[in-house]
Amino acid sequence: MATIHPKLSDELSQTVVSSTKSVKIKIKRSNPNVNSEQKFDDFVVPIEKWTTVLDVLLDVKSHLDHSVGVRYSCRQASCGSCGMKINGKPGLACFTKISELDSDTVTVEPMDNYPVVRDLAVNMDRMINNHKKVMPYVIREDSEIDAESGIREFLQSPENVDKYIQFSSCIKCGLCNSACPTMAMDKTFVGPQALAQAYRYIADDRDKGKNKRLKVIDESHGIWRCHFAGSCSQVCPKGVDPAMGIQLLRGYLLGIRD
Amino acid sequence: MERETGAREGLKGWLNPSKIGKFGIERLAWLLMRLTGLGLLAYFIGHIYETSHILDGKAVWDKSLEMTQTTEGHLFLALVIGMCVFHTGNGIRLMIAQMGYGIGKAERPDYPYKPQSINMKGKACIYATLGMAALAMWYGMAVMFA
Ligand code: HEM
Ligand code: SF4
Ligand code: FES
Repeated sequence: MATIHPKLSDELSQTVVSSTKSVKIKIKRSNPNVNSEQKFDDFVVPIEKWTTVLDVLLDVKSHLDHSVGVRYSCRQASCGSCGMKINGKPGLACFTKISELDSDTVTVEPMDNYPVVRDLAVNMDRMINNHKKVMPYVIREDSEIDAESGIREFLQSPENVDKYIQFSSCIKCGLCNSACPTMAMDKTFVGPQALAQAYRYIADDRDKGKNKRLKVIDESHGIWRCHFAGSCSQVCPKGVDPAMGIQLLRGYLLGIRD
Repeated sequence: MERETGAREGLKGWLNPSKIGKFGIERLAWLLMRLTGLGLLAYFIGHIYETSHILDGKAVWDKSLEMTQTTEGHLFLALVIGMCVFHTGNGIRLMIAQMGYGIGKAERPDYPYKPQSINMKGKACIYATLGMAALAMWYGMAVMFA
């Protein structure tokens, strides 16, 4: 009997034959639920100019070792799932081309400052909890749905949109939190991701919940633990520039900037 | 099983030299700010102790002053000068930046997404501060070893 899904298996085994180059990928493996062992597994995979780190990992999974644990979804820097340490620096696997790394060996490890679930996948509960804590939504007493007039809009000028639109690009990949030196030592620090999101809503003139939100971040493990090392902004793949948001927010809290 | 959410890299995340290579001069300035802050604090405490000898009479006071009249003592004082200058200069940069000045203006992000808060003005300040600290150390040593 022939293969059940000839089309599918064709597709899966389709390694680009024109490729003359290859890369050695070293993948950090661990499974803390089973034991504390950590090791690197090496694989050699053919690459093209456009091959991304995620392409290489999926190639390994398809052809060499399907047990490699990696989280991904969109493959286009939109979902924020594929954050990992690539040659020592936090980055999105799907947004990092092998060719731009300029090295024959690429080492991938799980992001720092998050507990490992397995191999390259980490548990992001802490970031998500802190994100929720800063109330990442427009707070209003009134509603856009009005009993008398039906649906209306909270109007806003383009200039006012410009004040926060940069910070609303955050895809919650968590790279910033893994690069931050304060996160490396302080278990309860809110972190650059959530602080930048706090500023995103504070800079939004539709929002009426500024004081509530400020109370969350104006505490001893809140905004004052940022020492502006700038590493969050060095790694952010979406131009959020969390360090800028944090310093603007601090200026606002100090009453110096509006 | 309760899920562990508080994993941290620990001191390695601070002191591993590869971090400075990966995250740039701003990360070095951050580390030096910590180290010089702690160094100055230690010096400050030692300094209060040393100068408290003035209460014990001239002989004890003169003797305690001699402690830094050696080659090692001079090098130590040169280091203190360097720490003072760097910590002060970088502290002023940080205070300005942390009030929200000199870090650019929020705008619609565009590829390749260069962060505005990490800019040439900040880098120039850090290099200038390092240069001034080196110059002050050199001048201090020229006076002490003269
Ligand atoms: C005019 C002189 C000084 C200025 C402008 C200054 C400024 C600063 C600033 C802005 C910070 C916070 C840095 C950050 O956000 O990371 C800081 C931290 C610190 N300073 Fe100073 N400082 C000065 C002198 C001193 C002296 C004399 C000592 C010791 C007795 C000292 C000890 C510290 C310590 C221990 C820290 C904490 C380290 C850190 O947060 O990185 N400073 N200083
Ligand atoms: S601020 Fe940037 S690095 Fe941090 S979670 Fe959002 S997109 Fe990722
Ligand atoms: S897979 Fe979605 S961001 Fe990389």
